[in-house]
Amino acid sequence: MSGSKVATMRDAVADLVRDGDTVAIEGFTHLISFAAGHEIIRQGRRDLVLARMTPDVIYDQMVAAGVARKLIFSWLGNPGVGGLNAIRRVTEGADTSLELEEYSHFGMVARYAAGAANLPFMPLRSYFETDLPVANPLIRPIESPYGDGMVYAVPPLKPDVTVIHAQRSDAAGNTQVWGLLGCQKEAAFAAERVIVVVEELVDEAVIRADPNRTIVPGIVVDAVVVEPWGAHPSYVQGRYDRDNRFYRDWDPISRDPAATEQWLRDWVYDLDGRAAYAEKLGPERLRSLLPSGSAPSGVVDYGEYR
Amino acid sequence: MAAERPGDGPTRAATSPAQFSKSEMMIVAAARELAGQRVCFVGVGLPNIAVNLAKRTVAPDMELVYEAGVFGARPARLPLSIGDPTIVTGATAVTSMWELFAYYLQGGLIDVGFLGAAQIDRFGNINTTVIGEYAHPKTRLPGSGGACEIAINARQIFVIMRQSARSFVERIDFRTSPGNLGGAEKSERIRREQGWLGSGPSVVVTDLGIWHFDETGEMRLDFLHPGATLDEVRATLGWEPHISPSLAPTPAPTPEELRLIREELDPEGMYTR
Repeated sequence: MSGSKVATMRDAVADLVRDGDTVAIEGFTHLISFAAGHEIIRQGRRDLVLARMTPDVIYDQMVAAGVARKLIFSWLGNPGVGGLNAIRRVTEGADTSLELEEYSHFGMVARYAAGAANLPFMPLRSYFETDLPVANPLIRPIESPYGDGMVYAVPPLKPDVTVIHAQRSDAAGNTQVWGLLGCQKEAAFAAERVIVVVEELVDEAVIRADPNRTIVPGIVVDAVVVEPWGAHPSYVQGRYDRDNRFYRDWDPISRDPAATEQWLRDWVYDLDGRAAYAEKLGPERLRSLLPSGSAPSGVVDYGEYR
Repeated sequence: MAAERPGDGPTRAATSPAQFSKSEMMIVAAARELAGQRVCFVGVGLPNIAVNLAKRTVAPDMELVYEAGVFGARPARLPLSIGDPTIVTGATAVTSMWELFAYYLQGGLIDVGFLGAAQIDRFGNINTTVIGEYAHPKTRLPGSGGACEIAINARQIFVIMRQSARSFVERIDFRTSPGNLGGAEKSERIRREQGWLGSGPSVVVTDLGIWHFDETGEMRLDFLHPGATLDEVRATLGWEPHISPSLAPTPAPTPEELRLIREELDPEGMYTR
């Protein structure tokens, strides 16, 4: 097929993710590309600036593996469980070696939106009377040029690489998502390079039959990686549920540096990719994550106009 | 749909403190405060279960908004994370987070924002960022998430959190989300001058009682939960509290409220034990 961007995860990361890059693996609870994070660990990238609204367990693992020098974020926790312990080890007390640049959720999405729209900043009505602009001097007050008071501005965030996971795309990278949309569209348009990881590669005709569902067009995509179960323990709406047990289990593992190292060995370094990871999880665990039933959307008629 | 409402028929029967936990009382009290509210922005953890209980009891028509980008959620199970797939299936709308924060929240559609806190002061200012000094914290907490802009743009703020001397403090270590600042007068002036949509915190529900805010902008204890004492309240507070002259006992959870929590919302007891 001409114009195909389909690549293996190994090749996509080798070609597109470089030491020192600002990398955004986005997806809010939903559609987090753990597969890409693990490949970045396996290839031993260093000094990355990792951007994500919610660093989640994937960045805890990446920080534990030593790939990052800095985090840009807005909520730093293990959702529904507690803290991110590997990150806490390098941001608390005597060891604060991991640099932090912190916003609120609105600030982070506004940064991606400014990056995507090629704007010098984005104004927002937040941060008033808080300590956040003190903690992060990149959050700055500005006067409205139209004389209606002060708002705060945040700078654009333009990742070197954005990685998103999706239900499906075609070989050119035209990508469709349903369920929580997070900030993937903004993060992808803002980025210099984009890797799309999909559960399913579909024909271009499938995309064209439902253009409203396309969140990222292939024109901004550099590589398409087909990686079923690539978001686990995050989830993919309609395909598999969030593995909440995994998130709970990560807490005691990540509290112990030796156990964390062992986990990385067993589940990242010693495996050659996502297929091996899914096989290691086993059919029973995978089956337990399937939706309890089906909830199809209705069909809409776009009409034919000749 | 309509789960039976508390107060309807036989479910009204009172329960005694031995029959429910402090957390269950707190969740029930918070849910009841939502009676009559139209649009509620839901947070992780305790707010999540309180709002889902309200939806099944006192506020069946309330629209649940999740920061993950969902308006009008109808979760069929208790969402285990703030981005659980159950908040999507059957919802009115799924939006990008940009739309959710810019159009729904900053655009003024949110009546109640429901927040938790690691530290809170008497004026309802909230810290969820660090314990200790920012650059070298003793404890690194999650940070704002959406809380900062929710505190500014939701019409009013509800807080739900357990009372302890470590969390109800004279001075918070970091102001993540503004409450009544240094008092009602300053808060009202700044909110007006800067065009904030929110009027600030209106209730703090704890495991010991229900606090509203008086004319000075400070928390005032209006209800004491069954089994809780004023000594306990004082021992878990970093300042001398304002206590309502008409302090009343919080009505105990009804059997139906407890059934909903135990059988439908939190069968594993993750939040309620």
